[in-house]
Amino acid sequence: MIIVSMLFLVLAVIGGGALLVFLWGAGIYNGLVRARNAVKNAWSQIDVQLKRRHDLIPNLIETCKGYMAHERDTLENITKARNLAMGAQSVGEHARAESQLGQALSNIFAVAENYPDLKANTNFLALQEELTSTENKIGFARQAYNDQAMHLNNKIEMFPGSLVAGVFNFEAAEFFEIEDAAERAVPKVSFS
Amino acid sequence: MWELIRANKRRSVALLLLMLALMLSLGFVIGAALFPVSFNLNYGDPYGRHAYPAMDWLSVLPGGLLGMAVASVIWAVQAMVAYFRGGAILLSLSGAKPIEKADHPRLFNVVEEMTIASSLGKMPRVYVMDDMAMNAFAAGRDPDTACVAVTAGLLARLNRDELQGVVAHEISHIVNRDVLFMTMISIMAGTVVMLSEVVLRMFRHGLHGGNARYRGGKKGGGGAQVIVLVIALVFALLAPLLAQLIYFAVSRKREYLADAGAAVYTRFPGGLAGALEKIGADTHQLVVSKATAPMYIVNPLQGARAFHGFFATHPPLEERIQILRSLAGGVSYAKYQTAYNQVHGKGQLIPQSGLAVAAAPLRAADPGNAAQAGASHNQFREAGDLARNLNGFRFLSCACGARIKLPPAFAMQAVQCPRCHAGVALSAARENAPVTQPSATPRTPPRRRKPASSSAHAPLMAQRNAGAWQSVQCACGAVKNVAPSFEMSQTVCAQCGREIHFM
Repeated sequence: MIIVSMLFLVLAVIGGGALLVFLWGAGIYNGLVRARNAVKNAWSQIDVQLKRRHDLIPNLIETCKGYMAHERDTLENITKARNLAMGAQSVGEHARAESQLGQALSNIFAVAENYPDLKANTNFLALQEELTSTENKIGFARQAYNDQAMHLNNKIEMFPGSLVAGVFNFEAAEFFEIEDAAERAVPKVSFS
Repeated sequence: MWELIRANKRRSVALLLLMLALMLSLGFVIGAALFPVSFNLNYGDPYGRHAYPAMDWLSVLPGGLLGMAVASVIWAVQAMVAYFRGGAILLSLSGAKPIEKADHPRLFNVVEEMTIASSLGKMPRVYVMDDMAMNAFAAGRDPDTACVAVTAGLLARLNRDELQGVVAHEISHIVNRDVLFMTMISIMAGTVVMLSEVVLRMFRHGLHGGNARYRGGKKGGGGAQVIVLVIALVFALLAPLLAQLIYFAVSRKREYLADAGAAVYTRFPGGLAGALEKIGADTHQLVVSKATAPMYIVNPLQGARAFHGFFATHPPLEERIQILRSLAGGVSYAKYQTAYNQVHGKGQLIPQSGLAVAAAPLRAADPGNAAQAGASHNQFREAGDLARNLNGFRFLSCACGARIKLPPAFAMQAVQCPRCHAGVALSAARENAPVTQPSATPRTPPRRRKPASSSAHAPLMAQRNAGAWQSVQCACGAVKNVAPSFEMSQTVCAQCGREIHFM
């Protein structure tokens, strides 16, 4: 009788322990899934903003055309860069084209300083605000993506998470590298 | 960042429990002093053969528990109101009105940018206060119910980066769940103050020969009662002070933390620093009540009654600016912590787990800022028009190009143009919206607020200086004068019929 009840006790302890381990593992698994979804979501946010930029450009060209007869090249550059970015296939191509487009856009706003009529145009001002903001949003979305990617990677690599991540094949997220060479350059520091 | 948010939540809960303990123990002591219940264990023992002096301590229990129950009921009711209606109450007290993207695209975009930067699930609703003072606050119990409110004065005077810094600070409050936490803490502090007021009144009452019941004048075992009374008195004197100190210390810390968050989100601490400098130099005063003051980005009561040190709800502006300015070469919570220690001295501002994240490089200032500086009168006009639009003003264009702004209560059929002196009929002239509207997307016509003739308006909130002549400007532009003898809590604007409530 005593042996039977002892057996029950042992079984109950083992069963309870197993249940706890299972719940604990499930919690970690859910955390990993949440982090992975956050990364996906952050990535799609970048896409949303890039698309928004593409959508705004025809409007911009249309508005500037009338005022900037002498800047045909600048305007054409933007259109070209936009078409390139929209047709890009690989990730590297994408990054290059988008960075080119960003350059072309900052160019046109610099040139616009010479056209007071254009600068007084409400339509242009509104577009400028929208594009500036979209540019910012792209930057912030990348920043947020990198933060989320770091969060996921930390979870995958650090101890309790690494066990679960190994079993369920969670892959580390790639960071969004800064494609601009000038931004990447590390400033030289000399200690003299 | 997530570690930081979690650590923040843990800290909030710990502080809430501390405050709760303070409140409950005060309730206990008060209850014990107020309602001594005698377990007369010596009853039926007239000769005192069995004295149970120790058992007299039990007599504090029922009263004490009752006091605790009362304290928690008071707190729970207020907390419930704050939880479900707190945001709405704060917004209506401040007179903030919701705007849409068409009303002020720049503000709207900046809020959107910061929502993305902070990975907040949902963009907070955007409100504008019609006030030329410079201030901002966040409201709402969680990201789903969150709102960000800024004054028109802020929109008029800050450039894009500075506005971004202020909005980032507010979003950071939302991410840290500061609003709910500060509301709960302030309510507990308020309850403690209220309870201790009860005790102090009771003592005054008792000392002036009131009810003998309060004086522990029971025969036998009175010693315990006296001790309880003394404890109650000491507690009643100290508890509110302690509660306020906790509250203010927490409030200051949260401001630093939100500044750190703003620097990390914007990657540009110079923006918020510039905004704080401008706000510090501003002389306009925002009319707010003392209760809502800690919610703002800078203390609106600063000019009137500047508290420094232990009783300040906000850290000194100069210090906040100095910390932000000293963040060079990259931002992270760890860098902010270092800068904080350099400027402020010792103290762990940011939970250890939040310090691990590597520093991110700074970004460059918005190139539009230089251009914007020259066109600041446009920005002023834009902010003014926004405020008027929110208040139901109408905009008429005259043939000469002037834009005439009509208050909502304007009832005439025509108006004389102030520039060319031609009469402009209201029906003939095309009503149009403020000049600065985005045209990138097709616009819906500007929203009209309710007609001004009824009292269907939200009541106007005003501060009352009791016993003095006072002029209150109604939103319709009319001025209502109130005599020193006026003691009611509300009155009505003579022109538009809007109710004016005094706080």
